[in-house]
Amino acid sequence: MLDYATLILLILGAIFFFAGTLGLIRFPDVYTRLHALTKADNVGLGLIIAGLCLQAESWTIVGKLFLIWVLVLSSGATSAHLIAKSALHKGIPFWKR
Amino acid sequence: METLSFLAYAFDGLLCVSLLLIAWMSLASQNLFKAIVLFVTFGLLMALAWVRLNAPDVAMAEVAIGAGLTGALLLASLARLREISIVEIGTSNFKTNIHHTSYDVRWPLFIFLVILAMGLGYAIFSLPEHAVGLQKVVEENLERSGVSNPVTGVLLNFRAYDTLLEMIVLLVALLGIWALEDSIPHTKTILSSPVLDALTGLLVPLLILVAAYLLWVGAHAPGGAFQAGSVLGAAGVLLLLSGWQLRKIFSSFTLRFILVAGSALFLAVAALSMLITGRLLEYPPAQASSLIFMLESVATVSIGVTLITLFLSAFWEKEDKK
Repeated sequence: MLDYATLILLILGAIFFFAGTLGLIRFPDVYTRLHALTKADNVGLGLIIAGLCLQAESWTIVGKLFLIWVLVLSSGATSAHLIAKSALHKGIPFWKR
Repeated sequence: METLSFLAYAFDGLLCVSLLLIAWMSLASQNLFKAIVLFVTFGLLMALAWVRLNAPDVAMAEVAIGAGLTGALLLASLARLREISIVEIGTSNFKTNIHHTSYDVRWPLFIFLVILAMGLGYAIFSLPEHAVGLQKVVEENLERSGVSNPVTGVLLNFRAYDTLLEMIVLLVALLGIWALEDSIPHTKTILSSPVLDALTGLLVPLLILVAAYLLWVGAHAPGGAFQAGSVLGAAGVLLLLSGWQLRKIFSSFTLRFILVAGSALFLAVAALSMLITGRLLEYPPAQASSLIFMLESVATVSIGVTLITLFLSAFWEKEDKK
């Protein structure tokens, strides 16, 4: 039962990562690409961590996994913000249809 | 189990192919920024390869120094290189020069590399089929080394001079940068953003804690001075990026003292062990544990500060020489 739950969470996480990567490659400008990428980082990784937590042998491992997620979340959000800010600063135009 | 081992093989194969491909792309890239990004990617995949080879110690060092700090150092150099090529040389001239020399040495280099590859291939094929290695010797003597992690035992006791020389290499690299310091124009690339400041405030204490943990855990699990030092280095780089500056009072004697402290203590222990036991860096087994911990603690701070100082010069506000 637990194994199936893990499997579903991991597959869902992989789908988010796939969609994020697809967006990174296919989207037209730096801002929309960042938008796609952060979804993969945050939700995809969250789902994978949740799936791995179900398999963890002790609460310390769950704690470590959760810490990894929080750290990636905060550093990912910050670097996305900094990239967008410096792109804006350089005057890279927004994509228009 | 069948499918699992097949998946593992497929993963390893994919890893090998992408490592070679990314290494080639990074070397062949005309765009230096792209080459650096590919180099960092290579470092991350390489760390994954070390994990697959059951070498978490090497993987940690690779990710922290090979991908993280070297990548940031290369980007800082690129920023300064751009300034030079605009100010002094002019971009087009600079490029043709590089192209010309690379064309002349191409064929001799190719022949040399083929010979080298043949030699390496011969060496690999002439290895004994069942190599014994030193694993057993290390395991038998681990008790006398003062630690229970074999990697730390080898690096800080059985072959401590390796670590000593590595620390001196790091120091020499810094001296090289300092020697070139005056001939390179300074750029100020400080990012000001409240978001970055908040993250720095959150991460720096955490990174210091992680460094202390890695140092302590190194005695019986993967970790140790170099890993802990590079985490300290990362904390320093983050501080420098968000605008922190070293106070002038600390920038001469205090900084230099901390930089050489690790190597100096190592040399002192080496000299003492020569006097007492008659052999270089052979500790008495009773004191080995505390000696290693002391050496590693000082080495961690020295390595961390050396790595930060490599960057410091890129951010240093130039004094007015009037």
